Amino acid sequence: MLKEEKYQKLKDIIKIYLPEDVSVTDIAQDSHFMNDLNINSANLVDIVLDVEDAFDIRLENEDIEKMQTVNDAMAIIDAKLAEN
Amino acid sequence: MKESYDWILKQLPYSEPFLFVEEILNISDKGIEGSYRFSPDLDIYKGHFKNKPVTPGVILTECCAQIGLVCLGIYLLGKKSELENVAIGMSSSQMDFLIPVYPGEQVRVISELVYFRFQKLKCEVKMYNENDKLVCKGVLAGMIGVANE
Repeated sequence: MLKEEKYQKLKDIIKIYLPEDVSVTDIAQDSHFMNDLNINSANLVDIVLDVEDAFDIRLENEDIEKMQTVNDAMAIIDAKLAEN
Repeated sequence: MKESYDWILKQLPYSEPFLFVEEILNISDKGIEGSYRFSPDLDIYKGHFKNKPVTPGVILTECCAQIGLVCLGIYLLGKKSELENVAIGMSSSQMDFLIPVYPGEQVRVISELVYFRFQKLKCEVKMYNENDKLVCKGVLAGMIGVANE
């Protein structure tokens, strides 16, 4: 899977959980989920669960702790895909 | 009260007048069943509604959450770790209300686990009255974890 394709897939998941005051165009690679995109911890879990389904991977507690930005999420997805 | 569920009730972070759990009837890794009787003396009936007391939907939701999310969450956490302080917060609720609950009625809440991952607990809840009629149902989710301060 191309990096661009992965990023698009991730963005499609994130946009479902954006609060009304944040738009899809606000999502950037260095966006911080909580500080920039106003996503709370409960919705971050939903994003993780959707990412697991979309990429057929399984994340652990330490992964979600490291997942602060969109870039972090991309890196974790890459690492998990490499393990498979 | 069944002795084996006493420890869960003791861990609940609520007290009167905002405790809406009386008894845990059944509990497992997959769900919980519990009951509560709405005392006619509750203060909320003085204002909801004036001269026509009915249990507010928000209180029915709270009762479903205390039994269906919090009691179940404590049980699931408690099996793994020593509980010092339970930190909780409701993150979403989607409820449908079908029939009213009047002062003095006893209700039974049945909650089925959807998932419990990364401290987020999501359940499908149903509340029944004494005639086994469905009072309300919905999906509740919350964050629940242990804060060892």
